[in-house]
Amino acid sequence: MSVVLAAEHLTKTFVSQGRENYTAVDDVSFSVESGEKLGIIGESGSGKTTVVNMITRLLDVSSGTIRLDGEDITLKKGKELKEVYKKMQMVFQTPTESFDPRRKLGDGIAESLINYGMKKKEAMVKAGQLLELCGLEKEYAARYPHEVSGGQCQRAAIARAIAIDPRLLILDEATSALDVTIQKEILELLDKLKTERNMTYLFICHDIALVQQFCDRVLVMHQGKIVEEGTPDEVIRNPKTEYTRRLIESVL
Amino acid sequence: MKIRLIFFGILALALVIASYFSEYLCPYDPYLQDLGNAKAVPSAAHIFGTDRYGRDMLSRVIVGSKTSIYSTLLLVAFITVLGTMIGVFCAWKGTWVDTVLMRISDVFLAFPGLVFALAVAAALGGGVHNAIIALGAISWPKYARVARSETLAQKETVYLRAAKLSGCGTWKLIFKHILPNITGPILVTAMLDIGTMMMELAGLSFLGLGAKPPVAEWGSMMSDTRNLLTTHPWVTLAPGCAIFVSVMIFNLLGDTVRDWLDPRNGR
Repeated sequence: MSVVLAAEHLTKTFVSQGRENYTAVDDVSFSVESGEKLGIIGESGSGKTTVVNMITRLLDVSSGTIRLDGEDITLKKGKELKEVYKKMQMVFQTPTESFDPRRKLGDGIAESLINYGMKKKEAMVKAGQLLELCGLEKEYAARYPHEVSGGQCQRAAIARAIAIDPRLLILDEATSALDVTIQKEILELLDKLKTERNMTYLFICHDIALVQQFCDRVLVMHQGKIVEEGTPDEVIRNPKTEYTRRLIESVL
Repeated sequence: MKIRLIFFGILALALVIASYFSEYLCPYDPYLQDLGNAKAVPSAAHIFGTDRYGRDMLSRVIVGSKTSIYSTLLLVAFITVLGTMIGVFCAWKGTWVDTVLMRISDVFLAFPGLVFALAVAAALGGGVHNAIIALGAISWPKYARVARSETLAQKETVYLRAAKLSGCGTWKLIFKHILPNITGPILVTAMLDIGTMMMELAGLSFLGLGAKPPVAEWGSMMSDTRNLLTTHPWVTLAPGCAIFVSVMIFNLLGDTVRDWLDPRNGR
């Protein structure tokens, strides 16, 4: 198996005037194999989201290297970064807010297709197909984000993320804002897409039960560091750190 | 709410259309002097009377609307576009460019506007165009401020990050996502400003730095006739009332638009 994403010694230090520097992510290294479902868990403030923001290049790294398909993307900008996003997409925690409130869902889904050279008409047809693939009728393309429920909107967000056939899909707490039954449906959808399209997932979550259900391997983050790594069952049955133990107990 | 919007919208539109066709609406030639009939009292033939050269005041007020209303709209459009461009640019760029431009706008905001406009207009010389430039130079900071803070708020949104991941470049992000989402507040600022700008433009003309006689413009018409105020008040009152009525219509329209766009009014 090949490595899709490799993070090497990622560090993010926030510097602000008049306050002490704050290191949100401290020397984090990990890799995601092709076809893998890797979970990252940890409480709020553990640095999970900062890691993801650095990987997607929405936030500059303080030090460290990010490799996607072996290619160093740490300092890519503009057109080069646009090429990177062809391979890597993300689904956000808040589905409704992840769509422009003044544009229809279909426009949001077709946006990347158009940006990567598809004609508008074709892109809109494809957007409809993608919605159907994600379990919504294609009529939803004509709705505004505030007109649909959170679960439906998250399906549309997944449709948007997979539109340009990325290899790696990052799910940043993508199910956290949804209720339990919808969560399950979304995870089933993701599993279906994985088998159909051979995708790799990086699944950020604070719910260890969900990670156990969904992921092949899990990293535990605490105060900006990776404190534990292994298959979900290993980690849950035999936690090595006090922090992980508490995290597990809080669910049970 | 909607009825109010339609009502004032139609009134304002009527005003704009009337001013466009003003030449065809006036009963007399506004520039035709008739010294034999100077300073005539309002009558059926001359509803607002005549000025000191015997020119029909009603015709002059109607024709004056073209200069007054059109210059105002042009001015507001100009500063809205300019201010928005500067504001969005500052918010997007950040760093020292932002700091420098915002400190400059602070200077403009801290200085009494009309005094500054007077200085600029005096330096450029009279004329409606120079008055527009002078007022534009002092009024863009308000729009830049609004546009800047709105853009900063939009920059932090999740959807903008999603759009970035969808491969949107800087221009697409700004024109397709940020601008449509910040037009509301900017539009309201502009609507509420039409009245103020009309007053300030008339003010500059009144002080002799806007439209030059004999061009009919409400501010300069008032200035022209102000020494007749005690003996023949109608010649001053006619353009004064015209300013009053149009400023009020545009202000009320601005208020209504603001209320209408306010999400809390529960449409």
